[in-house]
Amino acid sequence: MSESKETKTRTIAVDLIARVEGEGALRVTVKDGVVQDVELRIFEPPRFFEAFLVGRHYDEVPDIVARICGICPVAYQMSAVHALEQIFAVSVEGALRDLRRMIYCGEWIESHTLHVYMLHAPDFLGYASAIAMAKDHPEIVTRGLRLKKAGNALMTLLGGRSVHPVSVKVGGFSRVPLRRELEGLKEELLWARDAAVETVRWVAGFDYPDFAQDYTFVALRPPDEYPFNEGPILSSGGVKISAVEFEHHFREEQAPYSTALQCRLNGASYLVGPLARLNLNHDHLSPLGKLALADTRLSLPLCNPFHAIVARSVEILYAIEETLRIIDRYEPPPSPSVPVTVRAGTGMACTEAPRGILYHRYRVDGDGLIREAKIVPPTSQNQRRIEEDLRAYLPSVLDLSNEQAAMGCEKVIRCYDPCISCATHFLKLDIQRDR
Amino acid sequence: MTSVGARHPVRIIGVGNLFRGDDAAGLLAARRLKALVGDRADVIEAELAGLDVLDLMAEASAVILIDAARSGQPAGTIHRLNASAGPISADLFPHSTHVLNAVDAIEIGRTLGLLPPRVIVYGVEVGDTTAGNDLSPAVAEVLDQVVERVVHELEGLSCTSGS
Repeated sequence: MSESKETKTRTIAVDLIARVEGEGALRVTVKDGVVQDVELRIFEPPRFFEAFLVGRHYDEVPDIVARICGICPVAYQMSAVHALEQIFAVSVEGALRDLRRMIYCGEWIESHTLHVYMLHAPDFLGYASAIAMAKDHPEIVTRGLRLKKAGNALMTLLGGRSVHPVSVKVGGFSRVPLRRELEGLKEELLWARDAAVETVRWVAGFDYPDFAQDYTFVALRPPDEYPFNEGPILSSGGVKISAVEFEHHFREEQAPYSTALQCRLNGASYLVGPLARLNLNHDHLSPLGKLALADTRLSLPLCNPFHAIVARSVEILYAIEETLRIIDRYEPPPSPSVPVTVRAGTGMACTEAPRGILYHRYRVDGDGLIREAKIVPPTSQNQRRIEEDLRAYLPSVLDLSNEQAAMGCEKVIRCYDPCISCATHFLKLDIQRDR
Repeated sequence: MTSVGARHPVRIIGVGNLFRGDDAAGLLAARRLKALVGDRADVIEAELAGLDVLDLMAEASAVILIDAARSGQPAGTIHRLNASAGPISADLFPHSTHVLNAVDAIEIGRTLGLLPPRVIVYGVEVGDTTAGNDLSPAVAEVLDQVVERVVHELEGLSCTSGS
């Protein structure tokens, strides 16, 4: 952290993000005590992958895109296979469709549990990290680890590995589980269902800042199920389109201060992810999920970004229940995949990654080689909205020390669980004060 | 990465991203080690595993973890940390709001009493982690050295653990 008395510019470096790639920064300009500019800069890996995919055979795509993010490889694989299947006019139905929902459930359980327990809850309970929280609440962190492990077990069984699954392919899977293998997961999933109910109850008791915002929610909205792989794209503002029309309504713009593209819906910011999904699909929850949500005493729609932890917890419960339902009706399909006939064309698909809708478009030639790829991840769709939330939040922390202001901003950003990690190393908060 | 089942009590875990230059160091070291250690240890390529490292260490007697590090020292610097002796400095390894890194996983494991009796961490200081790039010369040069040191470490473990 540095402070220059001469320039009145204060820079706060926050150890915020990621493995070992790039840099992220938040730049805030304040003039006469009023917030002027809020610029969140992130570098996004999908840009590289879009170029990297060109010239590759279509069947390599699931394995390549899984490496975009260590947290949500299934999401990238699912959007990819659905887009490619649209080109080849392949329809994946019945037990194979169920298994795709199930592997997505595994990812949601893993990803949401990691965020709820290890990354987000410490903010509400006053801890700097999950490690510090584990010292005082070992039983809670242990419950989180075990819950996450239930998701891992699903991913390992269906995907072949718990990180970077390898069995997802265009047309289905390279291998499907036996009935008894799925039955073997049931006992732990029944424990997980109870633990998930407890999780919803636990987070509902947190102390939330009063910070309701005016959002346009965007999520998939299938007619009769909570969304994972399919469904029209719905906005709370009345837009209802198919993934084929995505680029007619959703436009990516290059922000001058960031390598990331920001996506807008008909020119305006919007919100994707657990809050948007729950607000647009809560009627598709199971009775137990509806009850758990009602018990939180929160009224819908949820418009406070800090309540995302509640939405994530409800979705963990849904994913566990959905898995149990699928196990109960599972009959192994006659073949692990349906045949694919290559043909040239363009295909688009949107699926619900843990962080929100993930759009893929591919153009393939007659040899099955990728000629063009476009990927719009949830974080680039939420980026503008994160900036707007920060703009609304900043006045409440401008009088605090640099460190406290940075911590507050970090907490707002953390509500979104932004997938910047695949990209950036440090978030530096740079508050320019012009007096 | 294989599923956690009946596993060798001695494990070598390489973490990294194959498509991000020097960040692949741990993963590539594990890949080379696979051919060298035979049945003396289970070698696991853990890709981008963070918290999952805890599961991969479950019920092991000894673990050697290899990951990319960034502490500001020259690229190719090899760090060796004995996690069994006490908390290891997370300053060597980048942080995230989105994932927990392998070192965070180790420290959560320590807090909850889940760590194997012996955990050694090798960190390879990174230079270039640009998406799509290969290892930088500085890191490529030391990869064999990392592999050699891990093999040597393994011999030491065999002497002390009897496995």
